[in-house]
Amino acid sequence: MSIKLGVPSKGRLMEKTFEWFGSRGVALSRTGSDREYAGAVEGIDGVSLVLLSAGEIPRELAAGRIHLGVTGTDLIREKLVRWDQKVEPLAELGFGHADLILAVPSAWVDVDTLDDLDAAAAAFRSVHGMRLRIATKYHRLVRDYLRAGGVADYRLVDSQGATEGTVANLTAEAVADITSTGETLRANHLKVLTDEPVLRSQATLFRSRVAEVSAQEDETMATLCRMLDL
Amino acid sequence: MNQRARQMAHDLRSRFEAAGAAVVDPAILQSAETLLDLYGEDMRARAYVTADPARGEMMLRPDFTVPVVQMHMQGGAEPARYTYAGEVFRRQEDDLERASEYLQVGYELFDRADPAASDAEVFAKIGELLKPYGLRAITGDIGILTAAVSGLQTSEARRAALMRHIWRPRRFRALLDRFSGKSPIPESRAALLAQSDPMASAGPMIGRRSRAEIETRITALRADAKEPPLSEEQVALIDAVLSVKASCAAALGQLRALSSDMPALSPALDRFETRCSALSALGVNVDALAFEGSFGRTSMEYYDGFVFGFIAEAQPDLPPVATGGRYDALTHRLGNGAEIPAVGGVIRPDLLIALEDRS
Repeated sequence: MSIKLGVPSKGRLMEKTFEWFGSRGVALSRTGSDREYAGAVEGIDGVSLVLLSAGEIPRELAAGRIHLGVTGTDLIREKLVRWDQKVEPLAELGFGHADLILAVPSAWVDVDTLDDLDAAAAAFRSVHGMRLRIATKYHRLVRDYLRAGGVADYRLVDSQGATEGTVANLTAEAVADITSTGETLRANHLKVLTDEPVLRSQATLFRSRVAEVSAQEDETMATLCRMLDL
Repeated sequence: MNQRARQMAHDLRSRFEAAGAAVVDPAILQSAETLLDLYGEDMRARAYVTADPARGEMMLRPDFTVPVVQMHMQGGAEPARYTYAGEVFRRQEDDLERASEYLQVGYELFDRADPAASDAEVFAKIGELLKPYGLRAITGDIGILTAAVSGLQTSEARRAALMRHIWRPRRFRALLDRFSGKSPIPESRAALLAQSDPMASAGPMIGRRSRAEIETRITALRADAKEPPLSEEQVALIDAVLSVKASCAAALGQLRALSSDMPALSPALDRFETRCSALSALGVNVDALAFEGSFGRTSMEYYDGFVFGFIAEAQPDLPPVATGGRYDALTHRLGNGAEIPAVGGVIRPDLLIALEDRS
């Protein structure tokens, strides 16, 4: 059997991952047609490439179906309960930088901190008879963050895409989303709170702590780690 | 769920029934809307939410109190005593060792006549059933905390902000620090207050929170900036109330001493004293019963008076074996205009069995 390496199956994240491994002597590539999710590994024997959606990589690592995987810290922490017992971060890859932040309308000149947000939420609830809604797809991370920050009287509403548009569309009052440059936020008349972000994320190589490893695979893993300078 | 726990739950419920409580059996599936509205988003992290295409979001009952109150408020007789036994469901993301499905046996009392006697009855009844297990009882009183906050010499807005966060000790502390000037005003707020027309730079208004709401808050912030800091003495009083740890009898004496500087405490302390008498009348030794000023602060937000817990001191890994308290405000919120003083508590048979097996 071989060491299974899970890599995002498309886009910049895939290309940058291929570059990162390539510059360390491990050549990853997609094989077959453009549409076929099959891949090859050259430069080391006993490693096979599994192309997956970045969002599925945390689950596959936690289930032990892949030994190594590249994905964002944000996805690992959102999707895995007690993530640190299931996976171990081996290397931050230096790309795919994104912060999970809380943003409110720029017009809210009175709201810049979590403390402000909490006060605004209390007033909003008494005026509108409903909790202030925050649109996000990162429910667990955002809830933990707001609890630690002592924010009450809010509720999370699920938004799997175009989250920045929810405020103008009146389906939420604030958003929690991943941003790298903040351009989309500005274009939607939103501003980021000044507190530390919910999470700073980047593409990271993780090792599954639960995947079974044979003696031979263990050797391959050691060789791979040497090549990758880990 | 093992048979032994079920049998024990049934037996305990029978004892409450024998004491005059009517058996009730609320549904396992509860409307998530009601519970989320009461407890907020944190409830989602603590309970199992499931979706029903026709009925919307439903929740596996995380406790019995809310459905029992709802049922009573729809026309229960007065006074009323209820008992129940059944599973509750809690997500345990932070501690996977804790059970996510367990039995609770409860006793709830709705009675206008004599709240102190009701508090004592529920506590003594549960204490009596737990007697063989040698547990340590701890009591507290959220009503004394709210009285202390309402007696602070500061603006109504500041008292309201503190009141809202009584159940979040860290946030409560952060607010006290700011109101007393211990922590500085945030830079962004100072900058905002320095502007003559903060709305000038607002840009396009989007979303539901209106311009008027933003202006209202700016006015409130301006007023708050003019408010003198909360005095050190006042903060020390709150700290003193929170840090009381003594027998009920001794705690009452300590709190009475504090009330000379904070007269607003007195009505709550009168109630505490009356409760102590009611407990004594039922044979509870209030010279030995523990009282902690901050007990119950991190539990469910609905308790607003007497609170209690029974813990197994020799088994610190076990959660409290029984907990309870007074929840008058909850009956108001679920009562559609009606309200009634109410107090109740629950026992966990699974933990009693764990104690039996360990000894």
